[in-house]
Amino acid sequence: MSTGATGRIEITDLGIEFSRNGRTVEAVRAFTLMTTPGEIVALLGPSGCGKTTVLNAVAGFVAPTAGQVAVDGEAVAAPGADRGVVFQQHSLFPWKTVLGNVEFGLKMRGVGKAARTAQARTYLSLVGLIGFEHAYPGELSGGMQQRVGIARVLVNRPRVMLMDEPFGALDAQTRLTMQELLLSVWREVRTTILFVTHDIDEALFLADRVAVMTARPGQIRDLVAVKLARPRAATVIATPEFMALKARILTQVREESVRALSGRRP
Amino acid sequence: MAPAPDGGWQRPVRRVLSIGFFFVVWHYSTKWDVDLYVRFQNIPTPWEVLEEAAAQLRGAAFYGHILASLERIWLGFAVATVLGIALGLLIGWFRLAEDTLFPPIELLRPIPAVAWVPLSIMLWPTERSSIVFITTLGAFFPIVLNTVHGVEGIDRQLVRAATSLGAGSAAIFREVVIPGALPSIVTGLSVGMGVSWICLISAEMISGQFGVGYFTWVAYGIVKYSQVVVGMLTIGVLGMLSSALIRLVGWRCMPWLPRRVKDGG
Repeated sequence: MSTGATGRIEITDLGIEFSRNGRTVEAVRAFTLMTTPGEIVALLGPSGCGKTTVLNAVAGFVAPTAGQVAVDGEAVAAPGADRGVVFQQHSLFPWKTVLGNVEFGLKMRGVGKAARTAQARTYLSLVGLIGFEHAYPGELSGGMQQRVGIARVLVNRPRVMLMDEPFGALDAQTRLTMQELLLSVWREVRTTILFVTHDIDEALFLADRVAVMTARPGQIRDLVAVKLARPRAATVIATPEFMALKARILTQVREESVRALSGRRP
Repeated sequence: MAPAPDGGWQRPVRRVLSIGFFFVVWHYSTKWDVDLYVRFQNIPTPWEVLEEAAAQLRGAAFYGHILASLERIWLGFAVATVLGIALGLLIGWFRLAEDTLFPPIELLRPIPAVAWVPLSIMLWPTERSSIVFITTLGAFFPIVLNTVHGVEGIDRQLVRAATSLGAGSAAIFREVVIPGALPSIVTGLSVGMGVSWICLISAEMISGQFGVGYFTWVAYGIVKYSQVVVGMLTIGVLGMLSSALIRLVGWRCMPWLPRRVKDGG
């Protein structure tokens, strides 16, 4: 990447505690992770391990109890358009058309109507949704809604795109299509992506590195470099290299799931 | 409404027959002066009502009453809509507004608007203003409460999504809170319209000198029973038309809602 590249996430010694029903819950402890610009990093772990909490801290939705989160050297203090979030589902504005949803960020920046329509169309064509500009989200399938969600974030040209199990609510076939679509879009825009998932295949298929998290309080247990050649075809998941990585991660995730379950017992 | 099975012509026919049956029962109950604890001796027949309606429609006074009622409804409902939506949005979104504005509303809400009639006559200088006040009061509570519930029911994830797309607090209020609460606001307007008709008619019967409610009550006083029923039917038709108007406007404001939901609202 060039020296002027943006999208460097620096998470240093992050600790996050919640108070729930009067009790303090430690969601994340001493979590440290750096990304290089243009990289896809997957956060993988059992449910409840705090991976979404880490993403929310980068987004600015939750404040750290300890440590720092910075993007390109700027400490994260509040949510902002430089760190767009793609949620699992139901996060499009139901009262706005596809075009209205994708134009939203530009409208917030005061871009004029004609210019924002033109830019929004560029990103809609990138995700293959030309022809659906005037549909409402409720009229789209789950996969199409997530494509709108991706276009809506990318139109802002964010430093990083944060994705919180974005394909978790889709059926297996659609999920695979969306993973391929995400990779082809990423080849165009080269935005840094932080991708939260509990699906090992998905993490390995998409990411340059997979951060395997421990059970709560979440820490990084293993940071796996995925050196599978790009562009990756869907068949990559049947290669021996993929299988080897999957076996290594599966063992770790299973151990953490067991720990998470036993840890929950009173 | 249940999805219509492919019964085709059968369902509309059954419905028309049902209305026909209602008129037949009405006709014979009044024609034979049925007295089964419920007494029909003084109740006009459908034909007497029809004749009376035709006579009223030819005269000017009847329209004067309708216009008087419509003007009061329009004024009262407009004031209630503006106040109810504005306060509801503030109370629903801002904790400070909820703490300072909501308690008196909650305190006064259980009092039926009709119970305000004596106080209203004392508070307001003219008969017209006191009746408009009652009408406003009736519509205000359903509108404000539904608006508050609509705002409180907004998905927090949509607010997060907006902030991560660069929206500030004013933009969130405009782009997320208001449209998010809109379906509930329209429900409030619909209910409010119904309640404000109830309040208007009651107030006119108690203290009016014009209006459809007054017309109906006076007809009873001067033993013109078919006129009473004409008044009742007029109230029903006017109420139905104003509810339909609200639904139409709501439907136009919310093109994103599927048809099924719109019909239910």
